Amino acid sequence: MQTFFIVAILVFGFLITFQIAKASEYVSVLRGEEKSRKQSNRINAFLLLAFLIAGLFGVYYCNETLKGKLLKQSASYQGEHIDTMLWITLAITGVVFIATQIALFWFAFKYQESDTRKAYFYPHNNKLEVIWTVIPAITLTVLVGFGLYYWFNITSEAPKNAMVVEVTGSQFKWEFRYPGRDGILGKKYYRDINEAANNPLGQVWDDPANRDDIHTTGEVHLVVNKPVKFIIGSKDVIHDVGLVHFRMKMDAVPGTPTTMWFTPKYTTEQMKKITGNPNFVYELSCDQMCGKGHWSMRGVVIVETQEEFDSWMISQKPQYYVAFPEKDPSNPAYKADSTKTGSAAIIPTKNQIKTRQ
Amino acid sequence: MDAMNAHAEAIMTHEVHYDEHQAHHHNQSFISKYIFSQDHKTIAKQFLITGIIWAMIGGLFSVLFRLQLGFPGQSFPILETIFGKWAPGGEIKPEFYYALITMHGTILVFFVLTAGLSGTFANLLIPLQAGARDMASPFLNMLSYWFFFLASIVMLSSLFIQTGPAAGGWTVYPPLSALHTASIGSELGMDLWIVSMALFVVSSLLGGINYISTILNMRTKGMSMTRLPLTIWAVFFTAVLGVLSFPVLLSGLILLLFDRNLGTSFYLSDIVVNGQIMPNEGGSAILFQHLFWFLGHPEVYIIILPTMGIVSEIISINSRKPIFGYMAMVGSLFAICTLAFLVWAHHMFVTGMNPLLGSIFVLLTLLIAVPSAIKTFNWLTTMWRGNIRFTPAMLFSIGFVSMFISGGLTGIFVGNSTLDIQLHDTMFVVAHFHIVMGVSAFFGMFAGLYHWFPKMFGRYLNTTLGYIHFWVTLIGAYLIFWPMHYEGLAGMPRRYLDKSPWVSFSQFGDLDRMITIVSIIVYAVQLMFVFNFFYSIFKGRKVTTQNPWKANTLEWTTPIRPGHGNWPGEIPEVHRWPYDYSKDGRDFIPQTEPVGANESNEH
Ligand code: HEM
Ligand SMILES: [Cu+2]
Ligand SMILES: [Cu+2]
Repeated sequence: MQTFFIVAILVFGFLITFQIAKASEYVSVLRGEEKSRKQSNRINAFLLLAFLIAGLFGVYYCNETLKGKLLKQSASYQGEHIDTMLWITLAITGVVFIATQIALFWFAFKYQESDTRKAYFYPHNNKLEVIWTVIPAITLTVLVGFGLYYWFNITSEAPKNAMVVEVTGSQFKWEFRYPGRDGILGKKYYRDINEAANNPLGQVWDDPANRDDIHTTGEVHLVVNKPVKFIIGSKDVIHDVGLVHFRMKMDAVPGTPTTMWFTPKYTTEQMKKITGNPNFVYELSCDQMCGKGHWSMRGVVIVETQEEFDSWMISQKPQYYVAFPEKDPSNPAYKADSTKTGSAAIIPTKNQIKTRQ
Repeated sequence: MDAMNAHAEAIMTHEVHYDEHQAHHHNQSFISKYIFSQDHKTIAKQFLITGIIWAMIGGLFSVLFRLQLGFPGQSFPILETIFGKWAPGGEIKPEFYYALITMHGTILVFFVLTAGLSGTFANLLIPLQAGARDMASPFLNMLSYWFFFLASIVMLSSLFIQTGPAAGGWTVYPPLSALHTASIGSELGMDLWIVSMALFVVSSLLGGINYISTILNMRTKGMSMTRLPLTIWAVFFTAVLGVLSFPVLLSGLILLLFDRNLGTSFYLSDIVVNGQIMPNEGGSAILFQHLFWFLGHPEVYIIILPTMGIVSEIISINSRKPIFGYMAMVGSLFAICTLAFLVWAHHMFVTGMNPLLGSIFVLLTLLIAVPSAIKTFNWLTTMWRGNIRFTPAMLFSIGFVSMFISGGLTGIFVGNSTLDIQLHDTMFVVAHFHIVMGVSAFFGMFAGLYHWFPKMFGRYLNTTLGYIHFWVTLIGAYLIFWPMHYEGLAGMPRRYLDKSPWVSFSQFGDLDRMITIVSIIVYAVQLMFVFNFFYSIFKGRKVTTQNPWKANTLEWTTPIRPGHGNWPGEIPEVHRWPYDYSKDGRDFIPQTEPVGANESNEH
């Protein structure tokens, strides 16, 4: 019913508009086309000027209304470079935007047709043209200069002490793997992927480095002020690890691992205060179209202190034990002689995690 | 009016008579005149009308998915009535949403703003403005339209199959588009998409080589390249871009077709989809993106260049001033055309590409902003100290410049890899390319239509409707796309149909509703334009003078309704460039007028 009304109103409005338009055409023919053309010329010139003023005000109003919904300060050190770059670019393009839009609409208004004016024959002026080739070129060079300086900074090799986390996307979830006590991510092979056998990432169990690797789904824990390097992959189609608050983004491509690193600056708790939002969480969004669930492919990043991180880590069980419960020393069915590596060596203790770094 | 114009009027009446006379001799059948016509003007109209139909479909899709974005979770029973299982309970299913945006992008980018735009204005204007009876090969030209028609039929049919059309975005990145089970849109719909695009590439190549050879070889006497109107230069470079880049897309798509159906591994490696382990190893998903964007970036200029030409022409005519810096305008078109091939990887900064390589693409990308800036300043200077007439065409041209400035400046944001880390694949990019390409190109196209409609149909479009069309579209377009930048700056990813699961992106509900409502209004006004278009073909105010806009170019020396062959007698000879407006105190001096003995030799 509502739809019907809307359509009816649109059709009706349209019919009226059309009648007016038709009538105004007749009138203009009657009154003399030249005369009515000049009149509508004046009206449109005025409207262009009005549009300029309303538009500039609209830009201001839009900013006032929406700026509160924008991101607060960057939650990573790298992201601060991006914010600086944004401000530099905004300042330069902002000036150009306002100057050129004012010129455009002002010229339109000022030089509207009038019987008293003669247009000025002005086909070219090499000096002017050189000026507005060189000035944009210089300005853009400056922007490229800043941009590349930050770009190489952000995309540089991760520092040696960075914590390593593997991120794997698949339709439509995020999985994470920590290297565990040995600091080495075990080998994996995609043909070993087997959800039923509790091997969602295709870890090669023959590789001893895999025995202590920790696997989580949907949630990743990071340590504040400690660089973290993500090694990113995908099991099926291309996804993208998007971390708005850290200003980070990197595609997850099946068959070709990618990396990104950054240093979180605030814990989740601190960020709740900064944003004034008690429900704040760092979210990991999939930013590359990956199928019907793309819009809901969400992960959560928890940034915490080293102590909090360590106690969380201790509570995690290596995926190896999930896949082979009989080898888990904490399992009653565990037989001490069943594995040579021994249990105590596999579960990292708080101290061990610290010394590894 | 001086003697010269009076003279022109006299010639005109004579020629009108001649034209009617001629019509009696050419008794073509309906089919060869309107369907399988080889007349460039008819082919232009065929491209145009097909393009308009596609634009209505593609635009309608955007209204549908805007309904979802503005009112997520709300039920619109009418949607179920029309779309059945795709919108159960009147709510758009995610699969359907992604099919809609994919088709929206494909249709508007390729079918409307490439075929519909170039097909219309290149075909209409090249022979008329360069002074030729028709295209170099009218037959290939006709084939070009019919390949486009076939492509349209195939694409359209994909909308009606059981599994629906392609749904992986207009960029159809594999593996999503390569794996049948990864998405329902990657079933038959994707094969049809590829076949349709292959036909489309053939159409575009047939058109392109024709445009190039006509411009190079068939100009009338005296029409040196530097006397060509900028419209012709623009469609020339557009054709060059298309001829050199569309084949690369075709090759990329053929490999995709192989990966889909023949078990090759060009783009596929190490994949487990829906629990099924795929045998493919060693391919590169990123390879496709390189091939795609090698067309994809030039494609955005294929869309914008013709409208730059149109707008240059219209601004000059209606300011009654020569275009400022003709050679700089040609030079910047050339620079854009060249650089357009060297920036494609700026769409791939965060694919894991080597940062050094990325930095080179940053440099080249920001370089392309220089010729864009030159063009903008030259348009502004053309209007400066003019005597401006605000025809609907001129208003749309001013709107074009305004939009092009707004969207070009955000290009400087996304072209900077540092900022693109944050902005890539967010609503900011959506705002950027809709303003700079979508809206600007449509404005240029509308400008061209209002301006050359009299030449096409011998009647005017209704001017009052034209003014309403302009003002609602200008204001609406800014209301829709300007605030969208803020969503992107807040990090909202594109192609998210419902933000409610997210803490970080769900704060823009009011804005999304406003945008949806404005989009519906703007779409309704476009329908009004379409009505104006078809109504005016039959009932519009008749054109009574041969040169209604008092323009210099050759198309206005033809009869009001030119027949096949364009000029009844000899093709006129050209003696000067097309921009002698307000020279030596004369309002305009047509290109056909010999240079006078006392004429100042400025230019
Ligand atoms: C000043 C000049 C311009 C620069 C520096 C520029 C730069 C860029 C960059 C870097 C991107 C990729 C952003 C991303 O995905 O993260 C982009 C996207 C895009 N640009 Fe531009 N651009 C410019 C002008 C144009 C023009 C003139 C057009 C069309 C007429 C255009 C159309 C597009 C389109 C369609 C996309 C999005 C493609 C997609 O991902 O679906 N741009 N632009
Ligand atoms: Cu996704
Ligand atoms: Cu591009």
